Amino acid sequence: MAVSFKVNGKAVSVDVPEDMPLLWVLRDVLDMKGTKFGCGIAQCGACTVHVDGTPTRSCQRRVASVAGTSVTTIEGLSADGTHPVQRAWEEIDVPQCGYCQAGQIMSAAALLASKPNPTDADIDQAMNGNICRCATYLRIRQAIHRAAQMPATVGSGKSNQ
Amino acid sequence: MTILGTPDTKTSGVDRRSFLRVTALAGGGILLGSYLKFGETTEAFAAGTAAAETALGNFIRITPDGIVTIIAKNPEIGQGVKTMLPMLIADELDVDWKNVRIEQAPLDTTKFQGQSAGGSTATPTNWEPMRRVGAAARAMLVAAAAQQLGVPETELETASGVVRHRATRKEVKYGELVAKAATLTAPDLASVKLKDPKDFKIIGTRVTGVDVKDIVRGQTKFGIDTVLPGMLYASYVKCPVFGGKAVKANLDEIKSQPGIKHAFIVDQAGQGGLMGLLSGVAVVGDNWWLVQQARRKLDVTWDEGATASQSSVGFAEQAASLSKQAPHQNLRKDGDFEGAMKSAAKTADGAYFYPFIAHAPLEPQNTTAVFKDGKLEIWSPSQTPAGGRGIVQSALGLKPEDITIHISRSGGGFGRRLSNDYMVEAAAIAKQVPGVPVKLLWTREDDITHDPYRPAGFHYFSGGTDASGKLVAWRDHFVTFGADGRTVSSANLGAGEFPARFIPNFVIDQSLIPLGVPTGPLRAPGSNGIAFAVQSFIDELAHAAGKDPVQFRLELLANEQPAPTQAAQPAGAPGGGRGGPPPIQFDGKRMSGVLQAVADRSGWGKQNLPKGTGMGVAFHFSHRGYFAEVVQATVSKDGAVKVDKVWVVGDIGAQIINPSNAENQVQGAVLDGIAEALGQEITIDKGRAVQQNFNAYPLLRMRQAPPVDVAFKVTEFPVTGLGEPALPPVVPALCNAIFAATGKRIRSLPLSKQDLKWG
Repeated sequence: MAVSFKVNGKAVSVDVPEDMPLLWVLRDVLDMKGTKFGCGIAQCGACTVHVDGTPTRSCQRRVASVAGTSVTTIEGLSADGTHPVQRAWEEIDVPQCGYCQAGQIMSAAALLASKPNPTDADIDQAMNGNICRCATYLRIRQAIHRAAQMPATVGSGKSNQ
Repeated sequence: MTILGTPDTKTSGVDRRSFLRVTALAGGGILLGSYLKFGETTEAFAAGTAAAETALGNFIRITPDGIVTIIAKNPEIGQGVKTMLPMLIADELDVDWKNVRIEQAPLDTTKFQGQSAGGSTATPTNWEPMRRVGAAARAMLVAAAAQQLGVPETELETASGVVRHRATRKEVKYGELVAKAATLTAPDLASVKLKDPKDFKIIGTRVTGVDVKDIVRGQTKFGIDTVLPGMLYASYVKCPVFGGKAVKANLDEIKSQPGIKHAFIVDQAGQGGLMGLLSGVAVVGDNWWLVQQARRKLDVTWDEGATASQSSVGFAEQAASLSKQAPHQNLRKDGDFEGAMKSAAKTADGAYFYPFIAHAPLEPQNTTAVFKDGKLEIWSPSQTPAGGRGIVQSALGLKPEDITIHISRSGGGFGRRLSNDYMVEAAAIAKQVPGVPVKLLWTREDDITHDPYRPAGFHYFSGGTDASGKLVAWRDHFVTFGADGRTVSSANLGAGEFPARFIPNFVIDQSLIPLGVPTGPLRAPGSNGIAFAVQSFIDELAHAAGKDPVQFRLELLANEQPAPTQAAQPAGAPGGGRGGPPPIQFDGKRMSGVLQAVADRSGWGKQNLPKGTGMGVAFHFSHRGYFAEVVQATVSKDGAVKVDKVWVVGDIGAQIINPSNAENQVQGAVLDGIAEALGQEITIDKGRAVQQNFNAYPLLRMRQAPPVDVAFKVTEFPVTGLGEPALPPVVPALCNAIFAATGKRIRSLPLSKQDLKWG
């Protein structure tokens, strides 16, 4: 069936089975490889995207259920990669292998959108669904606090949502 | 992160067979590469290469625009090698880091040596050779500038990619010198002058990972992100019992499912054993999700084979029985153990167990391959692409020159991608559908149920202390896996492993249980289990002797014995690691240094902690690194464990190359060890793995991550690697902390299966 929604501000329409997960539509139909596959059962958070601003595990979200919504992926979190979370991640040198970081960044951005000055406890709660196998958790925590202090945008680094 | 002390660097000798070659490039640039003379490397002989020499793989390209491109030859798996190795060249070359570009090299054994990631070997093997290449390139640019300016080389200096005449301040950019440099004779690599470490501008500074900018924007391509025109997607379904065979399957039904193009049985073939090409069923289709839908309908008749009778429960029964019998082998015998036990003031016994655990890198195993006109092209996130090529060659009957392998960035390695099973499976599937590229992608369940697991192990210890509280007798009856006197992969215990040489009456015996489950190296192989057992039992003996655990260990480390009366040293002792430079012997003084430092930093013995909270200490030497760690943990009355804080002091020699990555690696390794201790176990039942995904096989989560204080004690020793050695001590330090908190001695992992209730 045809499903229409927005991805990173652009209208898309895909003709796929209605129960196909959003993750595989993004990766293999729309060829957007920034969103990652880690477990397929919503345990690791590598596939986290925003659906109308809400952090969502795209491996468990049927594509039919996002019809008419606005989906944001890591590629569209900001126009030029200058979302405060992205800048903080770079400044703190967070990643090791880097595979989980798109999901981490999407969860962190959603946290800061709802709580601009999160406590450690807020961070633990919001980020507990995102596994980092390299265990860069201490830097993720540090980078979220750093991002909270940064101005929301630099130049055109504005969310596409 | 803290750096303790700053002594001078002592460098090890350079290989005098190596030399530099300079090649002019079209467009005016130059390429510098270092080589070994042919006939002097055993690897070149073994490979039968026809080349007159073999390249060391240290390649630099300098173009007229002044941009320096460094070829990163080793696979990047998150260990930071793609940033670290170029830092070494760039610093000696005297260029600004912002003008350095990094390119990932493909697998090419005619050009590069040692294109692998494992054993924390990249630093010790490259620290000096890489710097020499950079220094030699700098020397050539200085020589070219001397000719161009008509002044002696001694009047010239370099900085930030320019050669400057000291007296006149006249400057020439490197890019303007490359044409002339290409006409000069390369200097002798062995005698080229290296920088004084105090003049380092890049080495020793916090350098952000070269791919971080792309990673945070979702632009970095991992193996799983490979796309080729007309590509199909595949799943490969193997027998749940290790080594079982597919007899028949409902292939016609599968082929009729939406989007499915091919379904066929593949037979076991070639080398690699349980990590080679195993029998299975391939399902190939238009997209991976459709392949998974079809896979659910797959009905395979398996010949499960002999391993179906094996189980974790059975292994434990066999180990308990073997522990009461004479051992199969003696690995080491110093002094008179029985006599020393008879005269000991205090003795203790402890039976220790650690389970099988899986690697579970977050990027599931995958490889993309296309077979066309008799040639195979592969894109694979492998830690050992050359090993993979050998297995593909043997399984498919291809010549090495007909196999091209592109090294993809890996979403984590931890040793999992030292095996190349996913690569040979993709190659075998691609060979069945000539001309069509195929991406094989495993599910997480495929990954956790078909891993080369960290082998489980059983240690039956006895030990004794004399009246002064000194450790005088030690026996470890190690029950591990193997047959005919040989252990399976990563299940060995080196006869030189600490506390060997530090206890006068010392025995290591070994007995073997046959195993049909695949095993392999997991981050700090061997050490990740052995350290738990050894450092926990040392703690038991310290308490038996009524001594402070730090003091007891310092006294033990000061008690190095004269040359042993009889010692056997099987190959591959965990302390030495695989490949790279020869192993070095454990140095008690270096370990005492880090142990004393971590006791000071953690406030050991000076804190008044409430019941339920305790501190534990442990140390371990592996991969040439010395690490001592203190854990503070709190156990609630109902038995829930919380790690409050970890203090780490490491000694990896004279230089911390990239402090940012060093801190990240150590914190990651420590948290990795905590995850292993808390809840990880693969249980074998009826010859198959019980756990399948992260709901049953828990990785560490944010909420469980304690602060990790990291300090390095800088010493005069050669610079060594950091991917692994910080992991092993945290496991026993945590268990020893739990003992201090509750009085419960942890002799079996994971902690989630122990009853820790108290009060």
